[in-house]
Amino acid sequence: MSAPRAPRPYMNPYLAGVGLGLVLLAAFVVMGRGLGASGAYASVVAAGVDRVAPTHAQANGFFSHYLAGEAPLKDWLVFEILGVFLGGFLSALVAGRLRWTVEHGPAMSDRGRLLYAFGGGALMGVGAVLARRCTSGQALTGGALLSVGSWLFIVTAFAAGYLAAPLFRKQWR
Amino acid sequence: MSAPLFELGAFGESTSLIIALIIGVAFGWFLEQGGMGNARKLAGQFYLTDLTVFKIMFSAVITAMLGLFWLHRAGVLELSLVYVPPTWILPQVLGGFVFGVGFVMGGLCPGTSCVAISTGRKDGLALLAGMFAGILAFGELFALLRRVYEATPAGTLTLPQLTGISYPVVVALVAVVGVAAFRLAEWIEQRGT
Repeated sequence: MSAPRAPRPYMNPYLAGVGLGLVLLAAFVVMGRGLGASGAYASVVAAGVDRVAPTHAQANGFFSHYLAGEAPLKDWLVFEILGVFLGGFLSALVAGRLRWTVEHGPAMSDRGRLLYAFGGGALMGVGAVLARRCTSGQALTGGALLSVGSWLFIVTAFAAGYLAAPLFRKQWR
Repeated sequence: MSAPLFELGAFGESTSLIIALIIGVAFGWFLEQGGMGNARKLAGQFYLTDLTVFKIMFSAVITAMLGLFWLHRAGVLELSLVYVPPTWILPQVLGGFVFGVGFVMGGLCPGTSCVAISTGRKDGLALLAGMFAGILAFGELFALLRRVYEATPAGTLTLPQLTGISYPVVVALVAVVGVAAFRLAEWIEQRGT
């Protein structure tokens, strides 16, 4: 990593949002589909299960759905997500924001924060799969397309977030 | 109509994967530029100290929504060829609830965790591992969960179809409500400081 220097401030949020919206619009115009994230992870998990226990994976109604094509990882969302990793890295590199660290407040340990992150990830994995999409696929994509289920997802996800927020505030104090 | 290009056969599957990578790079770029690779900043949304998540998410939704509307109006884009995520009422309400609790617990969402990881945040990696575990558990318990997963299908259902209000009016309403909500968000942030 380069010598420490002051990180550049983040972009104006509305400007970043418009940029993100234009990327989403480009996906609609070029591909006829929007953005996603959790679908890529489901493909990776299904491919992993298929690798370890192929008959078990093929017999499973959920995993087999992701294994229908010629190769589960040769998937649009998997390639898009690889791009997200790269794009985030390039942006932080240019802005001097690459840091090998764990984000948390002064009263929380690294280990504690990692456990919360793991637990939150597990819940989101279940929730996203049940809802069939996540913040990218429902909130951004379905939101712009005015899909009823996507707006239901947005409203319940934020309502649940605010309800549960006091339980997890100690991470940031 | 000349778009969506892929749906109209302008290029094939392998080109579409290269396009996926390019679109992903731009997606990740703007997420990081907005600070969305940092869980501390995302969590601020739920404690009303930093409403960046809301501002970015809804300015993106409004931008893309207006873009779709005007490109359709101009006869460039055939809207019926754009894939609309289908509605499943119960799974999306329940899934949204579980997801929302996970979101505030983890401080990142599935897409932003990639940016957290590639900018060196180890909590992003823990979150991704958790997501794999959650999806694996869901898949293994699919026989039990299938009834919930497949309950209340409503097909492709949009707000104009549901309410009977015309598409241009819904677009205008969402844009106006969005702008009002941005002003509210600014007010909430000012009040906190």
